[in-house]
Amino acid sequence: MEKVLDLRGLSCPIPLIRTKDSLTVCDSLTVLVDEMPAKENIIKYVKSQGWQTECINKGREFELKIRKINSL
Amino acid sequence: MTLTIAIITGIVFGLGAVLLVKFGNPGNYGFCAACQLRDIAGALGIHKVATLQYARPEILGWVLGAFGIAKINGEFQPRGGSSPLIRFILGATMMIGALAFLGCPLRGIMRLAAGDLNGLTGLVGFVAGIAAGIAFLKNGYSLGRAKIYTSTLPSISGYASVFAALILVFAVSTNAGYLNFSAKGPGAMHAPIFISLIAGLLAGFFAQRTRMCLSGGVRDYILVRDTQMLIIYGVMFVAALIGNLYFGFFKLGFTGQPLAHDMHLWNFLGLFLTGLAATLAGGCPLRQLIMSGEGNTDAMFCILGMLAGAGIAHGFNAAGSPVGLAINGQIAVSAGLVITAGIGLKYRENFSFMNKGA
Repeated sequence: MEKVLDLRGLSCPIPLIRTKDSLTVCDSLTVLVDEMPAKENIIKYVKSQGWQTECINKGREFELKIRKINSL
Repeated sequence: MTLTIAIITGIVFGLGAVLLVKFGNPGNYGFCAACQLRDIAGALGIHKVATLQYARPEILGWVLGAFGIAKINGEFQPRGGSSPLIRFILGATMMIGALAFLGCPLRGIMRLAAGDLNGLTGLVGFVAGIAAGIAFLKNGYSLGRAKIYTSTLPSISGYASVFAALILVFAVSTNAGYLNFSAKGPGAMHAPIFISLIAGLLAGFFAQRTRMCLSGGVRDYILVRDTQMLIIYGVMFVAALIGNLYFGFFKLGFTGQPLAHDMHLWNFLGLFLTGLAATLAGGCPLRQLIMSGEGNTDAMFCILGMLAGAGIAHGFNAAGSPVGLAINGQIAVSAGLVITAGIGLKYRENFSFMNKGA
């Protein structure tokens, strides 16, 4: 089953910490955030690890699908 | 954030701060979230120190500049409701720590760039405070979720800091009778209002675009080895250093520095407290001002707490001065550390995965 993490409304940098921690125990994850810096920080982190991420804009919110597959 | 924007941001802050001193601000005092809020607190009568009263247009410009660009980019979004009272308290302790050191971490960099080695002591304390804050964050610390406001009245509250900044800019420009103006001392030293305001607007614009945050940059490096924000600080330091050398403001040493003291332990602990409180509040004093311009009412509570913190620090004679930090200030910083660490320990939230579609 796909794991989903609801990180909407949490102060910086809690969304990033939760995402990072969760990715140590699973290989694919969907996170929900509603702040631009949170979205940017998570994407930056995922890319720095060489993993894949896809962002879907849902109005004021963002759904990030993260997969620990090397994008190269 | 591109490298070019990071470099421009560093120059706007670093060189801008030195030019503001050249135009009349006190030494190493071009931009400082803590001291300038303290002066605004004085202008509003929250504290009674006659030499520290002036509604500094620089940081009002930060709020307005951040608001303008956030509005244009569709990033202005009224939101809040995540433990406002705790954020108020964190703002107060953040300020008490900064006033013990005599400056926010931004001024710490500016002081170091002018040769004031006490800046380094403070910044080391700041980094240590952030590391302590991260330990709380990793243990599940959270102040709970903020909500995006959708109904009319709460949405209007997102504009509160912008209204306040506009009123203060108008009042300071017209010498309004309801504001205090220092006749002498640091509060009487300032660049012409329009220069201060334009510098502030530019700085606010770039700080919003880059999400610049003094604690955030260090934190992101510790957490995920991200160096982008550190580039801004590096450029800022070099730009300010060059400016200070050019204008002859540079003077290396611990003693005889403008608006500074050399009680190392309290410089360290002062910014340690600021770093810890900033990490728990989700941003440094500068970032709180920028977020308030983006409509974040929780950040506004933090700023109100900072104004109150300035009132507490000066009302109880607990702020640092060029002579040092007296016993009252040492008690205030110690109490601030206990309260802030207590908040870090007690506010926790458990997170769990939810099922798709839940």
